[in-house]
Amino acid sequence: MAHRWTNDLTRADATPEHVWLNRRQILGAGVAALALGATPARADALEPNSWDEITSYNNFYEFGTDKGDPKKYAGALTTAPWSIEIDGMVDRPGTYSIEDILAQMTIEERIYRFRCVEAWSMVIPWNGFELADLLDMVGVQESAKYVAFETLYRPEEMPGQRTRFIEWPYVEGLRLDEALHPLTIMATGIYGKPMPNQNGAPIRLVVPWKYGFKSIKSIVKITLTDVEPPTSWNRLQPSEYGFYSNVNPKVNHPRWSQATERRIGGGLLSPRIPTLMFNGYEDEVASMYAGMDLTKFY
Amino acid sequence: MVVDRINAGLRAVPVWLLYILLSLPAPWLVWLGATGGLGVEPIKALEHELGQIALQLLIAGLAVTPLRRFVGLNLMRFRRAIGVMAFTYVALHLLVWLVLDVQIVAQIWADIVKRPCITIGMLGFVLLIPLAVTSNNWSVRRLGPVAWRRLHRLAYGAAFLGALHFLMLSRGFQIEPLIYLGLVVGLLLVRLPALAGSARPAVSRR
Repeated sequence: MAHRWTNDLTRADATPEHVWLNRRQILGAGVAALALGATPARADALEPNSWDEITSYNNFYEFGTDKGDPKKYAGALTTAPWSIEIDGMVDRPGTYSIEDILAQMTIEERIYRFRCVEAWSMVIPWNGFELADLLDMVGVQESAKYVAFETLYRPEEMPGQRTRFIEWPYVEGLRLDEALHPLTIMATGIYGKPMPNQNGAPIRLVVPWKYGFKSIKSIVKITLTDVEPPTSWNRLQPSEYGFYSNVNPKVNHPRWSQATERRIGGGLLSPRIPTLMFNGYEDEVASMYAGMDLTKFY
Repeated sequence: MVVDRINAGLRAVPVWLLYILLSLPAPWLVWLGATGGLGVEPIKALEHELGQIALQLLIAGLAVTPLRRFVGLNLMRFRRAIGVMAFTYVALHLLVWLVLDVQIVAQIWADIVKRPCITIGMLGFVLLIPLAVTSNNWSVRRLGPVAWRRLHRLAYGAAFLGALHFLMLSRGFQIEPLIYLGLVVGLLLVRLPALAGSARPAVSRR
């Protein structure tokens, strides 16, 4: 059932492709003043980030820890054929090819704020379908309480996986109600184009009210379970990254404040803007955490 | 000996040239940042580049004495320029953090007090201030060479804190900051009397 949720950001908020292409050409010509001058408009209008911004500044440690590494090295990743193994507490477990999945899904555009735990943010026009629809397709059993996700492990194509920086493969998880929430999508594209490799091709999770690292990329496995699944950053540094990792300006990361963020694309003089509770999706998601101490369940 | 020829060649290089060469990356990086050359998040990139150059110069400064003692390479004439420029880049790194990155005054102080990685970095900067102030011939005469040398051992602490700051800032355990920290620790270890004493005396190279 698509269209459960309507954007408050609409297509009109997105920069038409020819406009951002023009802007790139202007920047390419080296007119610094224009780049700096673009700052105030960017901050007020919630204008989605450009294709170039979205695809050149990525955290995808499978390709390296530098923000530019994913764009540099993700070209080597082969994304066809691709299938997702869905198992655990489901009625119809199995390995589903991405074509079979997409044949049953309705692709929508969702323009979401995207807030990284490192205190930068973007606005991204995703294309995708609701995770709830995929879970409907495989039939979630009564006993399931959590959904676990796994990224592809293929060190020959993902150079970052050759070092044991993180215990590969990258894993993430959601509580079942979070997974079924209409805001939670499986994204397959950006700006109407297929998902670029560096952004998690061919299919990734997007949970807009949580820090970016929850939105696991290049998914090959989904497991329905009744125990809270391990998550990669929590395993690495539990004091800094919790299972929930909801965007929360009042709960600081131990090493930096989460009260403000910097929207990518504002140049050298980009202002800090306040971070919104649940990344601006408080009305939609706060009820799921009613009664929970969010400083404890960070 | 190759080293002797290098030393002879270096004597012809004026120190002011090194000041100019080491100054060039700063305006170049700002220009890159303003024109898109540092990527879509130029503030963090500029901050990181300046901090990295500062750390490299601090390590270079620490390497001068061991290079003379163990290799016979004499860079003593350039050590002050290296140190002063290291301080300059630390100061620029701090300035970018204050003005472009954090921006909010209340948060700056909160970060310094509450966040160990910032506290450590700030402490390293504070240690460098007396060194920058006394990096002139008048101060060396005024303090006397023994007291001056003792004071300038603060550079050991500053370099160590700088490398530690870098390591603590990184998400997870990354290789690059570990290499920097390893270099600093190595350059401090070779100064231990047991190791330093086993080296050939510097005069034998002259």
